[in-house]
Amino acid sequence: MNEFASLLAATLNAGTPLAIAGLGLLINEKVGILNLGAEGTMLVAAFAGFAVAFHTGNDWAGFAAGAVAGGAVAACFGWLVIWLNTNQYATGLAVSLFGGGFSAFIGVDYVGKKLAERPNYSVPFLSDLPFVGPAFFRQHPLVYGAIGAALAIAWFLYRTRAGLVLRAIGEAPESAHALGYPVRRIRLLAVVVGGALCGVAGAYFSVAYAPLWVEGMVAGRGWIALALTVFATWRPARVLLGAYLFGGVTMVQLHLQGMGVDIANQLMSMLPYLSTVVVLVLISRNPAWIRLNMPASLGKPFFPSL
Amino acid sequence: MERRSMMKHLALCVLVGAASLVGCAKQEEPKKPEAPAAQAAPKPEPLKVAFVYVGPVGDAGWTFAHDLGRKYVEQKFGDKIKTTYVEKVPEGPDAERVIRDLVAQGNKVIFATSFGFGDAMEKVARDHPDVYFEHATGYKTGPNLRVYEGRFYEDAYLAGIIAGEMTKTNVIGFVASFPIPEVLRNINAFTLGAQSVNPKVKTKVVWVSSWFDPPKETEAAQSLINQHADVLLQNTDSTAVLQAAEKNGKYAFGWDSDMSAFAPKAHLGSCRLNWGLYYEKAINDVLNKTWKTETTKWGVKEGLPEFVSIAAFVPASTKKKVEDAREGLKNGTVAVFKGPLYDNTGKEVLAKNVVADDKWNGAINFYVKGVDGKVPSGK
Repeated sequence: MNEFASLLAATLNAGTPLAIAGLGLLINEKVGILNLGAEGTMLVAAFAGFAVAFHTGNDWAGFAAGAVAGGAVAACFGWLVIWLNTNQYATGLAVSLFGGGFSAFIGVDYVGKKLAERPNYSVPFLSDLPFVGPAFFRQHPLVYGAIGAALAIAWFLYRTRAGLVLRAIGEAPESAHALGYPVRRIRLLAVVVGGALCGVAGAYFSVAYAPLWVEGMVAGRGWIALALTVFATWRPARVLLGAYLFGGVTMVQLHLQGMGVDIANQLMSMLPYLSTVVVLVLISRNPAWIRLNMPASLGKPFFPSL
Repeated sequence: MERRSMMKHLALCVLVGAASLVGCAKQEEPKKPEAPAAQAAPKPEPLKVAFVYVGPVGDAGWTFAHDLGRKYVEQKFGDKIKTTYVEKVPEGPDAERVIRDLVAQGNKVIFATSFGFGDAMEKVARDHPDVYFEHATGYKTGPNLRVYEGRFYEDAYLAGIIAGEMTKTNVIGFVASFPIPEVLRNINAFTLGAQSVNPKVKTKVVWVSSWFDPPKETEAAQSLINQHADVLLQNTDSTAVLQAAEKNGKYAFGWDSDMSAFAPKAHLGSCRLNWGLYYEKAINDVLNKTWKTETTKWGVKEGLPEFVSIAAFVPASTKKKVEDAREGLKNGTVAVFKGPLYDNTGKEVLAKNVVADDKWNGAINFYVKGVDGKVPSGK
């Protein structure tokens, strides 16, 4: 029972950075911008978060720095694809590669540095409950933050006027433009916010999850977050669930190995991507699903007519 | 209007491009050796030595340890040698190009520090009989190509002794990379070390299919801890496992380099690799013209793997056991793999009083008794 509680706790923890980054990318994609640069953005933010947490001794300053760095990288990306109309796919890949190299370059001196002692968090009273306590209430605050963010984004997208405008731009930028909305500025804003969330996720890796900095430490999780948005068919709550599912797959696989169960862990490692392909096949067989969820202008450039 | 804003953006674009170019140029800088030797005084030409690394020097593990070795010889030999390195060289066709390049630049000794560079080294060595080639953890040799490696498992054995003494649950854990003999040797040696002081110990193993993935290493460590393992060792290259142990109030060891600073409460000791000792010998061989083809496997006796920084809180009686074993490994009275030895299905793998030779070591494909589970098949 206790083992199961700690497995649940580890799953929530593993899913959290995926969820935060996935939500950020969801905002991007809802407004019609596909940011394949997530991996690079997260790496730059992971470095920035680590460096700031290292110098200030304050984790929250680290997360803030991660958000700023993520937002800044995303702003560059946004400017390129929104104003210069560069190809979103190529630019995203370039940002991804650039972020990997750039973070390695500026981070050289921080390799092998150590943050101050990591705090353990627990919710008073609730954390002492049997089973539920160790499973749910001894987590890093950002674990709850991710859940809050998913709810907030769902509310924003589907219950507010601003969210409606954002989705409208993602569906039909020309129409939104004709109605007088500043399409490009709103898109840039959404891209920056999305990048900032990716940045928080990146900083979570280097400050809280595996508190160290080495180049390439995000190790492909930016791509999982991208896959997650498709897997979730662009719905915030499903992004959250998907993230926990992906986190759970990882933890269960490691757990089974520890128990001596003979499974191919390589097979389990490809499960997130495999499930994404399956979901893609499923939704593309059902045009109604695509129309309902996938932003119609995703990945397409927009030229405002004057 | 449209045109002007277009120009503005273009200008910005050029600026960003230029800035990133400057960045790239800077990035190259640390790769270069120190400034070209002064042209004035006609001193004897320094021996040019090149290192080919598979990872970044900043990995804090394998490549980092090799680079410490490079710095060690650089300091040792002063202006008698000049070292260069190329990092992040992929194992494959690129490696051959890099090695040929280094030879063309006049390097007379080439150290390639990963198994996968073997074929490339062999090809280039055939074309350049006047250059000395040294390949780490390889097996192919030639008139001017030889191999070297460390008996890392001896360190793992010493770590196991401490693990066996310190564990309260009698469950110890191992975060493993890939199921190759080198890693299986470490898992088995760790287990045997622990069993030598505590026969009740069981080892749990989790494979992460990577040499380097800090988040996944953390997850693996966490899952071992969740299953009651309270002392961990890893064969992966980051400090993540150690830090996960620290956070959970458990114990762990450093690997490749001294990692004691990362986890003051969890760190029990570090399995350090002193490649510099071998590099010193190899360069001396070249300078003294005594270089000959051989296979070097250095263990605790020669000091290549060295178990260092045993935590102050480890009881003196335990430290004594480690020291005894260390002495034993040095004078040959202790052997890590010595019969009778059984695998974890009960099959005898080494007969009574037989000490494993290198051929046996190289063919390990099983867990010894006391390790849970089955070795993942390489299919």
